[in-house]
Amino acid sequence: MKKELVRLHINSRAREVEVEPNRILLDVLRQELGLTGSKRGCDDSSCGACTVLINGEPQMSCLMLAVSYQDQEITTIEGVADGSELDPLQRGFAVEGGAQCGYCTPGMILTAKHLLARNPEPTDQELNEALSGNLCRCTGYMQILASVRKAIELLREKQLVETQQR
Amino acid sequence: MSNSLNFPKSGGSPIGARIAMVDSVEKVTGSGKYADDLTLPGMLVGKILHSPHAHARIRSIDTAAAERLPGVFAVVTGRETPVKYGILPIGHDETIFAVDKALYIGDNVAGVAAETEALAEEALRLIRVDYEILPAYFDPEKSMLAEQNLIHEDRPHNIEKDYHHHFGDVQAGFAAADYVREDRFECAEVTHAALEPHSTLAKFDPDGALTVWSSTQVPYYLMKTLAATLQMPESQVRVIKPLVGGGFGGKSEVIPLELASAALARKAGRPVKITYTREEVFLAHRGRPRQFVELKTGVTRDGRLTAVDARIIQDGGAYCGYGVVTILYSGQLLNAMYDIPNVKFDGFRVLTNKPACGAMRGHGTVNTRFAFEQQLNMIAAVLGIDPVEIRRINLLHAPCITVNGLRVLSYGYPECIDKVAEKSGWKEKYGKQGYGKGVGIAGSHYVSGAANPIIRSMMPHTRVNLSIDATGTVTIFTGASEIGQGSDTMHVQIVAAELGVPIGRVKIVAADTALTPVDLGSYSSRVTFMAGNAALEAARDARNKILVVAAKKLATNIERLTIEDGEVFCIDDERLTLTFDEAVRLAIGPRETLMATGIYAPPEDAQGGKFKGAGVGPSPAYSYSAQVAEVTVDTETGEVHVDRITAAHDCGKAINPINVEGQIIGSVWMGLGQAVQEEMVWEGGRLMNAGLLEYRSASTLESPPIDAIIVESNDPEGPFGAKEAGEGSLAATIPAVAHAVYDAVGVWINTLPITPEKILKALEAKQKELQSSVVNSQPQTKTGNLHKDNGR
Repeated sequence: MKKELVRLHINSRAREVEVEPNRILLDVLRQELGLTGSKRGCDDSSCGACTVLINGEPQMSCLMLAVSYQDQEITTIEGVADGSELDPLQRGFAVEGGAQCGYCTPGMILTAKHLLARNPEPTDQELNEALSGNLCRCTGYMQILASVRKAIELLREKQLVETQQR
Repeated sequence: MSNSLNFPKSGGSPIGARIAMVDSVEKVTGSGKYADDLTLPGMLVGKILHSPHAHARIRSIDTAAAERLPGVFAVVTGRETPVKYGILPIGHDETIFAVDKALYIGDNVAGVAAETEALAEEALRLIRVDYEILPAYFDPEKSMLAEQNLIHEDRPHNIEKDYHHHFGDVQAGFAAADYVREDRFECAEVTHAALEPHSTLAKFDPDGALTVWSSTQVPYYLMKTLAATLQMPESQVRVIKPLVGGGFGGKSEVIPLELASAALARKAGRPVKITYTREEVFLAHRGRPRQFVELKTGVTRDGRLTAVDARIIQDGGAYCGYGVVTILYSGQLLNAMYDIPNVKFDGFRVLTNKPACGAMRGHGTVNTRFAFEQQLNMIAAVLGIDPVEIRRINLLHAPCITVNGLRVLSYGYPECIDKVAEKSGWKEKYGKQGYGKGVGIAGSHYVSGAANPIIRSMMPHTRVNLSIDATGTVTIFTGASEIGQGSDTMHVQIVAAELGVPIGRVKIVAADTALTPVDLGSYSSRVTFMAGNAALEAARDARNKILVVAAKKLATNIERLTIEDGEVFCIDDERLTLTFDEAVRLAIGPRETLMATGIYAPPEDAQGGKFKGAGVGPSPAYSYSAQVAEVTVDTETGEVHVDRITAAHDCGKAINPINVEGQIIGSVWMGLGQAVQEEMVWEGGRLMNAGLLEYRSASTLESPPIDAIIVESNDPEGPFGAKEAGEGSLAATIPAVAHAVYDAVGVWINTLPITPEKILKALEAKQKELQSSVVNSQPQTKTGNLHKDNGR
């Protein structure tokens, strides 16, 4: 199959890669670009482990052809931390036990990131609904929900500090 | 801001601290590597050809066309790899690829390694297999009657193994009972479905040495099996466990891809990686077998259990795997959390033409526990005894040895019962809510590691080495396998606590058979108890070596010294002090590092009785759980909505309460899946729901709040008193939910999962029974008028 040149903006950086038009985005991220933080847990969009943000919206990269994302903004888990500083969601997942085996964690964090960007104070029901496409077999979700709650608290503190500094 | 997480403040003990897992940064940033994340130069993609038939003789395999395909580097079939293996020494019945017969739909027939996945798949399509289809067995009760076309020729009647235990005198026990009841329970087959599909990368060096990176819970057994099946010396095989994306037992024996990738790598002369598809994960299976339990229990009118007799049949699938252990656990842990003087068990592990079952969280104990606890609740209902009370009446008097030879030292079950009854508001709710709402209670227990190893030997079950270098860095070397449960973090906390240094000082190297000492693996909930004890012993050894030289330097004696928060000091003279670094440098002297080591082997009196099958069940310590489930049953649709679970778990001592709570909640959640929705659906040996949605793995929306309560019984032999936390809570959830359904709508569902169809059918039958208003539908009682069922 003839390869095509595709230009992807991944984690604020332009990446050019030649791929067959039938390659899915998840495989291109993992196999061509070395971004293995996005995970494959199924083959049919059941689990959400491959979730990335496309122009800020969560999508399952196992369902998408890489060539259809020419010039789109893609955020993977590797782009969530600000340099060496963890995102509040990452800290929340670490300290509240939200990551046991860690395999669903990247997808969970990206889905939650989108939710909090839109809705910084979600109700329990809103939180449950937002995360319902991301499966976890370890936690029973309780500590994942606590992790997102912790992140909301950290974000609030961060904003308070920023306001005071101004 | 640094990335240092919430490590305990200066001075706080690391034991009992709610700290983040030591590998959590890797996990939340996506930088951590799982097996499928690894690549090597020249790496090929491996794929496996699976049998489309449930039972078929392989007349011939033609691989010529596949081998000619450009880009294909190796094709391997069973003839080239005929060495038999199996996780149990008495169950060596598998080969890397089928040699004579394929035994289930999905059995491994050939493997290919090619430059790309597409080429590998094309090569699979070019392999021609000539099959002679044989009659197949899918139902264990029918399979047990087979006279010919046996699944394995050396297993008459397709019975892998049967055990018959009798302790005390059940006839006398039933004769002494005022009420005896018999029920049959059926539990559907369930599977682990860890989120990470199995993956293995294998590489041969030019000198013939093999390195394998694999998603395994048992690197040591994998190393031994690779050496045996590839006919290589064990010294030439190195197994490295990267991060593992969940196990639950599904990676606790050698899985075919682990051997296939190595066989292909050897033939191809290049590294080969195989990663299962989700469907292949379901077919690799090794989950909890379908199980039938015919249970008979006798009880006096005041609720004392006098005898229990269980006949258990397990549908084991086509290979032994852990099966012999599974059937033994189902008998050995039948009675052992209560004081029951007379116990009989007949267990049959039966072969069928389906993927092999194996160890799954709560191994062997879960379905039996469902049957027992459900029947106990039925008995309590008939006798009019509160279900909480009937459990209190039958408690063990620990420390004790159970009738089947299990030594129980710490026993936090009574406290678990008290805690859940209180926290859930049991008294105010049981039998007192409106129709459709109910609460239920049940208990469970589990081993903290098996007291007897799979491969009998005099070797300790685990060893932990420590090195401390001149910078004061402490490095732990352990063979124990982190699979998301917190193994690495537990080691670090124990060593930091014993050495009196901050957690950040302690590094860990784990689960690499070339670098780390032997540990048997992450199964049977053994790691905290066994590797934790070895880590503690190693740290004590190092601490002692440091204190000996410190005492000399400070001209005092060792008993007066201690180490806390990186300071060595005299407990009654604050002038006498050294930093940890100074003390370490003195202890090291001219050597480069200070080495220490610790081992763990279970004490002899914890190893159980002497009868056939006595080896399985004994553990140095048992965890206990009690749970209350609250449900709402929709009587129109039959749907069970679980509103809340309150779960108390006796883990001895919570080394890390966050991780212990995570394990309790995760176990309860997995039990809930089995209770109300998960089930492997078979048709003619074909799995009809080999996908995560089709299998109905619950999302956030189907997952209720779970309150985890930690009970600490401080086991006298556990490290800092700790016992297992990762499995024991699962089993209680299922009967607690079933009991809550009874409390809500007055029907007992004895088959799992408890689906809306079954509830509607039971409600309909109950309605008919009430309408015909016949009185002879009461269960068998010996005294006639014991029946006080509230008739809801």
